[in-house]
Amino acid sequence: MKLAVCINHVPDTAAKINISADGKNIDKTGVNFVFNPYDEYAVEECLRLKEKNGGEVIAVSLGSDANKETLRKALAMGVDKAVLLKDDSPRDSFSVARALADYLKEISPDVIFFGKQSVDSDSAVVGVMVAEMLGLPSVSVAVKLEISNGSAVVEREIEGGKEKIRTSLPAVFTAQKGLNEPRYPSLKGIMAAKSKPIEEKIPAAVQPKVDVIALRKPASKSAGKIVGTDIGAVPELVRLLHEEAKVV
Amino acid sequence: MKILAVAEQRENKFKKPAFEVVHTARKIADQTGGEAIALVIGSQIQSMAAELGGYGAHRIIAVDEPRLEKYSSTAYSKVIAEIAKKEQASVVLIAATAMGKDCAPRAAVKLDAGIGSECIALKTEGSDITATRPVYGGKALTDIKINSAIKVFTLRPNVFASGDSSENKAEVEKAEIPLAESDFSSVTVETLQASEKLDVAEADIVVSGGRGLKAAENFKMVEELANTLGGAVGASRAVVDAGWRPHSEQVGQTGKTVSPTLYIAIAISGAIQHLAGMSSSKYIVAINKDKDAPIFQAADYGIVADAFEIVPALTRELKKITGK
Ligand SMILES: Cc1cc2nc3c(=O)[nH]c(=O)nc-3n(C[C@H](O)[C@H](O)[C@H](O)COP(=O)(O)OP(=O)(O)OC[C@H]3O[C@@H](n4cnc5c(N)ncnc54)[C@H](O)[C@@H]3O)c2cc1C
Ligand SMILES: Nc1ncnc2c1ncn2[C@@H]1O[C@H](COP(=O)(O)O)[C@@H](O)[C@H]1O
Repeated sequence: MKLAVCINHVPDTAAKINISADGKNIDKTGVNFVFNPYDEYAVEECLRLKEKNGGEVIAVSLGSDANKETLRKALAMGVDKAVLLKDDSPRDSFSVARALADYLKEISPDVIFFGKQSVDSDSAVVGVMVAEMLGLPSVSVAVKLEISNGSAVVEREIEGGKEKIRTSLPAVFTAQKGLNEPRYPSLKGIMAAKSKPIEEKIPAAVQPKVDVIALRKPASKSAGKIVGTDIGAVPELVRLLHEEAKVV
Repeated sequence: MKILAVAEQRENKFKKPAFEVVHTARKIADQTGGEAIALVIGSQIQSMAAELGGYGAHRIIAVDEPRLEKYSSTAYSKVIAEIAKKEQASVVLIAATAMGKDCAPRAAVKLDAGIGSECIALKTEGSDITATRPVYGGKALTDIKINSAIKVFTLRPNVFASGDSSENKAEVEKAEIPLAESDFSSVTVETLQASEKLDVAEADIVVSGGRGLKAAENFKMVEELANTLGGAVGASRAVVDAGWRPHSEQVGQTGKTVSPTLYIAIAISGAIQHLAGMSSSKYIVAINKDKDAPIFQAADYGIVADAFEIVPALTRELKKITGK
């Protein structure tokens, strides 16, 4: 079974975000970049599928040389091969999806995994877009996956419950927290990853369909009103909610 | 300009986000002298579809066939794209729900359209639309413009008004989209409803508890407060990781994004990843015994005290108003 997993390299969720001078990007100075959290579930699921069914896992990341750090971690977790689609310029979701789809088409995996969403753009679109570009079915926000005889049954999270989807293979899945518990790279894995090569490819340039007009900080809320410091504040809080905010 | 609003139904019922997209489509139509077209996909949905006229749809299209009874990403996105092409819509609005987020990117690729997901504002100037969406877990906002001929936007639930309009004249038009077996390569075989409980992502009022509540059984008072308000219970990740509450209730970066009218955070510190999931709530109330807890920076109203005292008192006081 050939398994591919797409992983993004993103600012740590705890990082403070500052806007760059052009007002369209973040200022990367001092920002720690990490393995996109959801993509760890995606890698883990591929490794488990490989352990069960045999085959190989190929990790792909599109971005600058800095993304090698995350690819290296994927290798340390146990993926067999890492590929960097090297591009230093910012891309919109569509052009990211196009580049990933072009590469994935070449290797035609049986299963392609994504994270549910990148925690930088918070778009949650690239996985499903790639599926459509490749003409494959997809299940997003997967929390449980079972594969047998060329088809998969997947549970995905929906409002107030889950839905069970049956899909033919090859297919694309996007991973949600709860799908599995990602492993930590072993020391042996980390050592082995150091000497594994990361293949580099240059993706074709793609015209973006979304233009960023501005990136800005949300208007900072004037710090809230402390209504009180004991039980005596409760009636006043209720009055404010009822009369001022009019929400109860 | 034609604006196509995909009105999501499940089990032949609309939920609020369906009305929000239809109403938003109408607002854009009014600003641009265009037409708001509501699209309903499913089986036996013709009669329910008529309701959308009351939310401002100029026209209502129903694609009604048995195989569409349950959601299929491949089939639903094909229907959306085919109707958008047939109607020459220039804007497609879809709610950023589990279903909408699953089929919108697919529909966008079929339409060769750019997509703006989880938008919280759309500003129209002439035929130009600027969308605002939160990024970096809500730590920044981005204003975007889509440059393709057709533009797809998903709208974050509970942010856009669903205000009803009194006119209800639109007739339901039936449209046929030929679908092949291969359009159903992925299908829903079963819906596993967690319970009849209101989902945090859909609730207009959310009452969330954090680690400061110390034990699973102490969520009883959170539930009582939520019930009194007709709201849903939410939780911080610390609580979910401890196994006190299910992951389906987790609010935040790795949980759900909510934007209710009222969010009450009880014994939650307000870590950046928690704020990512709830900072677009209209009103935020924080109850925390630590006056320096970051949640107070995000809150409109705060009480610095022990939650075990405040929450029961708050429930009692609110009952006087809600009469429950
Ligand atoms: C990649 C990543 C993703 C994450 N995703 C999420 C997410 O989706 N959602 C999320 O919530 N977190 C998330 N987190 C975790 C987040 O960083 C915090 O650890 C978590 O939100 C803390 O939960 P808490 O506020 O309940 O607990 P704590 O931070 O322990 O806060 C407890 C609070 O309760 C108060 N308190 C204690 N006793 C009382 C009392 N008797 N009365 C009143 N107040 C009291 C304390 O003053 C304190 O402020 C994520 C972290 C990472 C790294
Ligand atoms: N630059 C990238 N390189 C590799 N994978 C990516 C990249 N951007 C996004 N992805 C994948 O697509 C998923 C969804 O991303 P997004 O649509 O940006 O929220 C992520 O979880 C990754 O699996």
